[in-house]
Amino acid sequence: MSSNGIKIAIVGGGLAGLAAAMKIAEAGHEVDLISVVPVKRSHSVCAQGGINGAVNTKGEGDSPAKHLDDTVYGGDFLANQPPVQRMCDMAPEIIYLFDRMGVPFSRTKEGLLDFRRFGGTLHHRTAFAGASTGQQLLYALDEQVRKFEVTGKVRKYEGWEMLSLVMDDHQVCRGLIAMNLQTLELKAFKADAVIMATGGPGLVFGKSTNSQTCTGSAVSAAYQQGARYANGEFIQVHPTSIPGEDKLRLMSESARGEGGRVWVPRDPGDKRKPQDIPMAERWYFLEEKYPAYGNLVPRDIATREIFQVCLDGFGVAGENQVYLDLTHVPAETLTRKLGAILEIYEMFVGDDPRYVPMRIFPGVHYSMGGLWVDFEQRTNVPGLLAAGECDYSIHGANRLGANSLVSCVYGGFVAAPAAIEYAKNVERGETETNGIYDAELKRQQEINDSIIKSEGGENQYKLHEEMGKWMTDNVTVVRYNDKLKATDEKLIELQDRLKRISINDSNLWATQAVPHARQLKNMLELARVITLGALNRNESRGAHYKPEFPDRNDEEYMKTTIAEYSAEEPVFSYEPIDVSLVEPRKRDYSKGKSASK
Amino acid sequence: MSTNGHIEKKRLETPPAKFKLKIQRREKEGAPVTWDTFELPYRRNLNVISALMEVRKNPVTADGRATTPPVWDMSCLEQVCGICTMVIDGRVRQSCSALIDDLLIASGSDTVTLQPMSKFPNVRDLKVDRTKMFDHLKQVHAWVELDGSHSLGPGPAISNEVAQERYALSRCMTCGCCLEACPQYGDDNYIGPQAIAQARLFNMHPVGKTDMDERLNGLMGEDGITNCGNAQNCVQVCPMSVPLTKAIYETNRDITVNALFGWLKK
Repeated sequence: MSSNGIKIAIVGGGLAGLAAAMKIAEAGHEVDLISVVPVKRSHSVCAQGGINGAVNTKGEGDSPAKHLDDTVYGGDFLANQPPVQRMCDMAPEIIYLFDRMGVPFSRTKEGLLDFRRFGGTLHHRTAFAGASTGQQLLYALDEQVRKFEVTGKVRKYEGWEMLSLVMDDHQVCRGLIAMNLQTLELKAFKADAVIMATGGPGLVFGKSTNSQTCTGSAVSAAYQQGARYANGEFIQVHPTSIPGEDKLRLMSESARGEGGRVWVPRDPGDKRKPQDIPMAERWYFLEEKYPAYGNLVPRDIATREIFQVCLDGFGVAGENQVYLDLTHVPAETLTRKLGAILEIYEMFVGDDPRYVPMRIFPGVHYSMGGLWVDFEQRTNVPGLLAAGECDYSIHGANRLGANSLVSCVYGGFVAAPAAIEYAKNVERGETETNGIYDAELKRQQEINDSIIKSEGGENQYKLHEEMGKWMTDNVTVVRYNDKLKATDEKLIELQDRLKRISINDSNLWATQAVPHARQLKNMLELARVITLGALNRNESRGAHYKPEFPDRNDEEYMKTTIAEYSAEEPVFSYEPIDVSLVEPRKRDYSKGKSASK
Repeated sequence: MSTNGHIEKKRLETPPAKFKLKIQRREKEGAPVTWDTFELPYRRNLNVISALMEVRKNPVTADGRATTPPVWDMSCLEQVCGICTMVIDGRVRQSCSALIDDLLIASGSDTVTLQPMSKFPNVRDLKVDRTKMFDHLKQVHAWVELDGSHSLGPGPAISNEVAQERYALSRCMTCGCCLEACPQYGDDNYIGPQAIAQARLFNMHPVGKTDMDERLNGLMGEDGITNCGNAQNCVQVCPMSVPLTKAIYETNRDITVNALFGWLKK
């Protein structure tokens, strides 16, 4: 730590982490940036469709107020509204800033930013760079942060994984412990404040649309050290993914934004190729049920409809898949606007979506839940902040497409000044001498040693697969209380079996077995938060759907779920929601929206 | 054939029950190279990553010898992060988008061979260290200088044509395929096509242009653009179809123009 300068540690180098790093460095302070992969390879690159902001360039009368209304309505009234409003107000500026950084956004004839439509809105509100917008936004921030790396304000630790926070005797966060993934060396990072920006926990479900780095492990570690975890049960299952052996690859919502239509043959036994089935014999079930929004209903609704259609036996070829059809759109338009994602489909499935309808099925995609934060992105642990998918604050019970990129940047931009403000006022000095860093290093080293020594018959990768299967089968689209209970029992069993793994790697140099064993332990803790949160919430809201309780119950459950760690099981409580801006109303996407408040 | 002249993907006509994965092993940088071969049940949709995941669950070779699980890098598995790049049956590419079915058809054999990229330090097994590529981005000043990240309204209007051209360059995911395939690149002697294309990306931007001199200077040293031997391997292996040779040509032209007229500015 420089003598009297401020140093902030940021964990995670995706969009949120880099956004915060840029702001802190720009303000003249120092950043230690810790990331499991080179930051340019973070999961943000996977975001495809675009970034929302009510810039209103299409003469549609769009406004941040309508963006706010769409977001809280789409989120089924579970988000505190003031931060959503602040994000929607900031969104046009954020898009302009990325424009100035040189992001090659798609443009109109006049050379201005172009916007496309996305789910859950009737406006063209989504700026995009082809169909790899997340990649392009991440690169822009990566470039800006590299500039600060050259000037020495930002120091990157790439290939390091956070293991735990360092807390002082007053439960104030004073830094963190991270592990070098090549040498397994542990290092204490002293910091005036720590910002978590580690993304989602998709790997808890085994296969998802998430990157292999999205374990939620660091967030779980913070939770186990006293940070509250909020709305864990709200997991978004994206309606359109491409099932694979190793992961579920995302097929962006922009495919529907650009006119893609979802259908199945009206005759479930229809053996013809999709191109040979006449229009009248196709069932466009989303358009039929939701005339106003059609294929662009919010994700939770599209997912449940697709799921149900397959459950009712209408899945294509009797399997869990439906058609996502773009073949009516000119091939040239598709190549220009969706090229990157259509290539992905062709690469992995073999069919060219410009000529053959795609076959897709829902897949786990995003966690609306995450670390509890206040309206300044501060967690309940003094000195610990969070931003991006790893915080719970914006999306309520269901996230709208293209709101994730904007929420990541917003979170980073709010967390950065809040961390600086905190750091200016925090008392420093004595903590460096009282041995808290050495004590935490020792504790973490002992955990590593015990993993390395552990001998038993269990295989960690098989345990991970088992957890993923249970979570996917029972804690995704449709949830039943008896199955949730059984899943929690399974998770407890897996926690016990994890104690009897033997890492099958005798070479500890750059081993992936030790980090994975630690991640798995942390994932199991989060899995219990997600499962028990779902069990306790006896209603249906957004992505959380229980046939036994099919309606939203605002009286009892229009509340934030809060989980706090205890050695036995998560302890749950509930917090009221600030709905001071948009009055809660029932969602109905079969009709156009009446004017917002 | 389906409608519109679209050609359907070729599949293995008589899929084998099993196939082999032959993996180059190395305990750490500098250690001797060894080889392990694993036998796996064939499934139609396997890619190299899911085959490696199978091996990791049970690292026992085809001749029944227990060994360590192979170490490799992976993240997005959608060919957009670039991390899982390796040499597969002699060709550099991402392992996530390499389908076993395609590889067996192409080679006509029952074995898929995996090696780490050879132009970067080999950390262990299939894992390499590409820090150098990110350092090169510093060398060419690969960013737009901003007055600040505060609110200053929209950027300059840019024609969609230029935006599309820049998008093509901006898709570079720093995977290293171009450097692996380049006959000139090795031992830090040449900055390589990736960084040159990124310099071009920012030189094409109306604001980025103002720092063009600095960028070109980064390409005029001993390891600079003149080392390009015009083999054109880079553009053939680039998984993102980045127009690398075009970027090198255009940057060379910028340097010539700069050298010719540079003294006039002084």
